[in-house]
Amino acid sequence: MSTSAAQEVEPPRSTGLRRASAFLHRHRGVRVAGLVAAPVLWLGLIYLVALLALFVTAFWRVDFGVTVSREWNLDNFTKLYEQDVYRTVVLRTIVVAASVTVIDAALALPIAFYMAKIARPLVAKLLVVALLMPLWASYLVKAFAWRAMVTPGGVLDSAFGWTPGFGVSAVVITLAYLWLPFMVLPLYAGFEKLPNSLLEASSDLGAKPARTLRTVALPMVVPSLIAGSIFTFSLSLGDYIAVKNVGGKTQMLGNLVFDRQATDIPFAAALATLSVVIMVIYLSLVRRTGALENL
Amino acid sequence: MSTPGFRLSRGSTWGLRALVALVLAFVYVPLAVVVINSFNSDQTFSWPPRGFTLEWWRRAKDSTGMIDALQQSLKIGVLATLIALALGTLAAFGLQRNRFFGRQAVSLLIVLPIALPGIVTGIALNNAFTTILGIDLSIWSLVIAHATFCIVVVFNNVVARLRRLGGNIEEASMDLGATRFTTFRLVTLPNLGSALLAGGLLAFALSFDEIVVTTFTAPADIQTLPLWIYANLLSRQQAPIVNVAAAALILLSVIPIYLSQKLSGDQTGGRL
Amino acid sequence: MTITSQRRPVRPTRHHRRTSGLAVLAAAALLATACGTSDSGGSSAKQPGGNGFQAPDIPMADSLGAGEGELNVLAWPGYAESGKNDKTVDWVTPFEKKTGCQVNVKEFGTSDEAVSLMHGGGYDVVSASGDATLRLIAAGDVQPVNTDLVPNYADLSAFLKDQDFNSVDGQMWGIPHGWGANLLMYNKDVVQPAPTDWDAVFGGSSAYAGKVTAYDSPIYIADAALYLMNTKPDLGIKNPYALDKDQLAAAVQVLKDQKANVGEYWSDYTKEVQAFKSGSTVIGTTWQVIANLTEADAPVATVFPDSGSTGWSDTWMVSSNNDHVNCAYMWLDWIASPDVQAQVAEWFGEAPANPKACDSTSKGFCDTYHVTDADYAAKIHYWTTPIKQCLDGRTDIECTDYNAWTDAWTEVKG
Repeated sequence: MSTSAAQEVEPPRSTGLRRASAFLHRHRGVRVAGLVAAPVLWLGLIYLVALLALFVTAFWRVDFGVTVSREWNLDNFTKLYEQDVYRTVVLRTIVVAASVTVIDAALALPIAFYMAKIARPLVAKLLVVALLMPLWASYLVKAFAWRAMVTPGGVLDSAFGWTPGFGVSAVVITLAYLWLPFMVLPLYAGFEKLPNSLLEASSDLGAKPARTLRTVALPMVVPSLIAGSIFTFSLSLGDYIAVKNVGGKTQMLGNLVFDRQATDIPFAAALATLSVVIMVIYLSLVRRTGALENL
Repeated sequence: MSTPGFRLSRGSTWGLRALVALVLAFVYVPLAVVVINSFNSDQTFSWPPRGFTLEWWRRAKDSTGMIDALQQSLKIGVLATLIALALGTLAAFGLQRNRFFGRQAVSLLIVLPIALPGIVTGIALNNAFTTILGIDLSIWSLVIAHATFCIVVVFNNVVARLRRLGGNIEEASMDLGATRFTTFRLVTLPNLGSALLAGGLLAFALSFDEIVVTTFTAPADIQTLPLWIYANLLSRQQAPIVNVAAAALILLSVIPIYLSQKLSGDQTGGRL
Repeated sequence: MTITSQRRPVRPTRHHRRTSGLAVLAAAALLATACGTSDSGGSSAKQPGGNGFQAPDIPMADSLGAGEGELNVLAWPGYAESGKNDKTVDWVTPFEKKTGCQVNVKEFGTSDEAVSLMHGGGYDVVSASGDATLRLIAAGDVQPVNTDLVPNYADLSAFLKDQDFNSVDGQMWGIPHGWGANLLMYNKDVVQPAPTDWDAVFGGSSAYAGKVTAYDSPIYIADAALYLMNTKPDLGIKNPYALDKDQLAAAVQVLKDQKANVGEYWSDYTKEVQAFKSGSTVIGTTWQVIANLTEADAPVATVFPDSGSTGWSDTWMVSSNNDHVNCAYMWLDWIASPDVQAQVAEWFGEAPANPKACDSTSKGFCDTYHVTDADYAAKIHYWTTPIKQCLDGRTDIECTDYNAWTDAWTEVKG
């Protein structure tokens, strides 16, 4: 290489921008702070403060009407504990959310595996599009469509002469329907990342396909499974619109919060705090599996 | 994706195919019911439909309620997405490339708005705006609320892309004399482009269809499309038009799905 | 992949710093909220209806100016029709043309919703039933009404003025709108013979298991109390809104028994219409307007049982935080005018507050609805907010208030 060419290149001019860039390069702390300041401030000031304020409100009460009186008390939480109905509703909600998660996982696992590993690339692409399209159809429309399906004299009744009617089973079916894409997506991503060589190696070592799937493929997609379950569980925990529509007289935690927030925000806050606690417990349990990155 | 060693038996493969077909049917039958009902001549949607008509589609064209609601949803979706894009990208750069104390907490904070039930987010924000800050709800309370839960969608997409890119190409650019800003403009941004678009599209979808948080943060005079649908779904006069809107949404949804699939390239598309 | 993350060493100092960072943030936030919360204004020492209730000091309009061009109306469904449900039923558009105030209508399903929406702000006038009015006044969300500014007020039925639920210390807080009863609606083809009493949805509801409906609001407890008042007099219930702990428990039991036969509860009136139409509901409590709307698609009929019924007497109130006071007063006068009263009454199926409306209603309408019959009006047990001081005059025992009713209603629904 000729050195004379290198000597003719001038060093870049030191403009303000260049000096700023150099400063940022040297001071990592300032750089990081500058980047995360805006989102953290936004989320912290708006969201976190709102959540904490709600939590604080749970320790107050309403007198007559909607006026919140700032006397500190534990009445709301005592009521949650003492009046049986709240325990019943919370348990019912958790059971429904868990059932929905299990059903969606059971449906999504084979489909995601098929799309990622078995189907031809073109078919897989079409299937992904086909399964994601309902995400764009309005949630309300889907919930009301299921009302039309399960109502006595509705679609299921005309087609099969039978319908579960308005109730908990209809709620489970509807919620499982609504959240299925949220389970399929991360599982599909997880299966796609799964190296084929692992499956091949397992078969080479003599395992039948079922064994390979059970002991090799499944454990590797557990983080994706958990990621999907976060959605199905959280969405079912707080849902009140679909429940109101197909659940008949069923009450779930979301309904309680929605009904109470109109006139008794402290008690609704106590209920909301309860659901947050449930979710936070769930999130912290699964954080170790790295599922949060798969969201 | 051929896996020569690992092969399912013929029976299992066909069983799997049947299952996929069943699930597809499960997914599409309710949607088909909605589309069929938009042509149902009975205003109260008795099933099975006894006659078909295009009347509702004709009326929908003139429905000012629906068109206004659609415009509101588009406006708010775009605003919320823009804010989410800015904040999500900043956060992604901050967290993905650096390790610092509180990193785990910040990433949890970003996920929280979408991991917690919508009704909790809704009443928390409503309480914060109207009671603590004492301000009236306005279009901005709505946009702020939507942007807040859209951040994570953009964040995840950008993080995934940054992970794939690695830092080498930017280092090379800076070695060659470019400032950080120039590097970002000429090297990083073009590579991020499709991730931003995919994330933005998903954020827009989330905002466009959102009903729960919207109920609690929308001012009295704004009606987004979901709010309009909710208010009119059972009304005798408006329900047919709502059905038409729903059917149109279903049929048109192919476009953004196809787009987002294309944008994600060979990587599985649409990180939530 | 995630497997590698588990190999990262755990550093105690980092963990400690992370949680303390969060703690600092949390403490700051708590401080901010505790200082910043501006609601409450202290607890109201006494509940309205009892002695010594002080209405908040809110200024009243003393003169009117030109219309502001806009009006946000919060109304019961059927009170502010603009042609949306039936092209010929419209008294909003003529109002807009006459006053230039563009009207936005928001409908609500229960009084709780009304109270909550008014508290959130954005509405200028609200049609409040007796179980909402006092709560609105106590919350400071409405202003007293200057009846001199509403010319049609003078013509309204005297027995609706200066009542416990719409006035405080002689000051009117709204303009009476109309009154009516909750009715029993049933599907003529399925429910035979035709029911004549509330027993059909309480004691006798098992005949229609799974297809009974009821109003989804704590105030419905009064309906059960009324049923007990007539069927179990030894419980000592004199006023369905004055229930002590034991009486409330009895009412709750009645409702729990009813729940076994309920298919759906309703608060959205369009849902009840649809449920009757599809046949998933065949009998339950209703308003006349719902029956009118359902008749188009299902064979329904209504009955007002001889044993009486709960009902509502509604008042138009003006928001205290209001940019459109002039338009608000114009609306009050408009909705109280004879012609409009006639239209509303016939569409909704209630007795108008303005007897002059009878000049424009169809023949016999006013007789059917006993418009000028103060004694008949007294037989309906209007929605009132239950309070601790017993509304039936008992002083030896404390009654259950609306909060207790809300808890009881949650318990009923299970």
